[in-house]
Amino acid sequence: MIEVDNIVVTFNAGTPLERQALRGVSLRLEEGEFVSVIGSNGAGKSTLLGAIAGDVLPSSGRVLLSDADVTRVSAQKRARYVARVFQDPLAGSCGNLSIAENLALAASRGRGRSFLPALRHSRLSSIRARIEELNLKLEDRLDQPMGSLSGGQRQALSLVMATLAPSSILLLDEHTAALDPRNAEFVLDLTRDLAARFNLTVLMVTHSMRHALDTGSRTVMLHEGRILLDVTGEKRAGLTIEDLLDEFRKARGEELAEDRLLTA
Amino acid sequence: MSSIAFLGAVELGLIYALVSLGVYLSFRVLDFPDLTVDGSFPLGAAVTAVLLISDINPWVATAAGVLAGAAAGFVTAFVSVRFGVLNLLASILTMIALFSVNLRIMGRPNVALLNEDTVLTPYLGGAMPDEYARPLFLLAVVIAATALVALFLRSEIGLAMRATGANARMARAQGVRTGAQIILGVMVSNGLVGLAGSLFAQTSGFADVTSGVGTIVVGLAAVIIGETLVPGRRLVWALVGCIIGAVLYRLAVQAALSLDFLGFEPSDLNLATALLVLVALILPKIRQRVRGRASA
Repeated sequence: MIEVDNIVVTFNAGTPLERQALRGVSLRLEEGEFVSVIGSNGAGKSTLLGAIAGDVLPSSGRVLLSDADVTRVSAQKRARYVARVFQDPLAGSCGNLSIAENLALAASRGRGRSFLPALRHSRLSSIRARIEELNLKLEDRLDQPMGSLSGGQRQALSLVMATLAPSSILLLDEHTAALDPRNAEFVLDLTRDLAARFNLTVLMVTHSMRHALDTGSRTVMLHEGRILLDVTGEKRAGLTIEDLLDEFRKARGEELAEDRLLTA
Repeated sequence: MSSIAFLGAVELGLIYALVSLGVYLSFRVLDFPDLTVDGSFPLGAAVTAVLLISDINPWVATAAGVLAGAAAGFVTAFVSVRFGVLNLLASILTMIALFSVNLRIMGRPNVALLNEDTVLTPYLGGAMPDEYARPLFLLAVVIAATALVALFLRSEIGLAMRATGANARMARAQGVRTGAQIILGVMVSNGLVGLAGSLFAQTSGFADVTSGVGTIVVGLAAVIIGETLVPGRRLVWALVGCIIGAVLYRLAVQAALSLDFLGFEPSDLNLATALLVLVALILPKIRQRVRGRASA
């Protein structure tokens, strides 16, 4: 469960560069709900994810994860509840650690770490099993550095890493944006599979309106730090990309510059 | 080079192998340039020496030297992590402060350990000549320390530490308390250097407040020589490289000093070391540029 309650995030407060990235956003995701978030650049999508993950502290409002108030809890400690995949494939893993080591690191996310060997046999075999499922033939390359993999492979492994430790919340920050269309589709399919299999509560930020409508059960549109649209169920099922653009124009009462949103 | 000079260089090299393991942890694993070691080396020597002349058990005195080094590392890392002081600057501050601290501990710039029992005493004066027994004892210590560091870096906590140095944002997203990892790593690093200082005092028979000057550069030189000579990604080989690098460095220094026609004075050592490290730092970049030109 994720709940943000009327959060306000201000960058550079008290300076001439002051900018309100979130102006009172409230959103509640029930257990197992998959929500996609769209919006133009600067709408506050990444800030919203950052506020939930703990990278950004709101100046007012509350953040709840799995019914615990974590508004003042550091990102490291929130990792117990939250798994994340970043836009940059290089950001979510360590290029100079081996594949197995990266996954072992994720397997103890948010839990106590011990002086036991990180790659002990029992853990290694469960890691291998999860990698075999991907059908990327990476299971024989476990001791190679993560840096030797392609962006798509790294993003797929980042998703596996996000689901190794038992946590119920997954935050995806445009995690397919840096991939070519084929890899993006592969990673998105994997995302849907894993979300369903582990009954994850997912918040997925995306630039692609089509991905936003195709994935998950609910779509939220942000604009200038506010929620502009929040659709689910039948209303969402009937929506097209053109409808989304119309909604956007109507609500804002202004023409939307086409280049500010990807319509693909 | 006589065999005595050779064995002496190996002995010193093995002591600095402990320094290079420490420097590897801070510089390479944590990406934390830590100059504290210039102070924690003589700190380990000072603490051990003062305890030895008070007739404390040599093993206890050595352990105290290690803990003192770790405490110095804690100060540096804590100041840097908790108060956001630039890591390099925090370590310089601790290093400068330690000069005064070391003088206070010893009460004078130099403490001689004449006829004091040390951890080596049981192994000296036996059937084996001392000049062999000393490096053999140190080799055993270095092997034990290397094995412990290797086991540590392969543990869950050690893996979290390596991730902290390689990609701190990712480490935090995995729930790693990066600040605590930096503090722990710099403590272990300076503990190793404190051990080196302690053993230096016990093998050479004195503790001197100036003995730490240039420790960091020697440690770094050893790490770099090791990386050049022992390639391969495996962690254990990187650690073995540190040891080989430290011993080879001391041997090279000894060789240069013993060749009279070169005209080297012992006082030229720091200049030569600095140049060596500089060359080692610049070489990869020149190689890159040359390669870039070749492919262009």
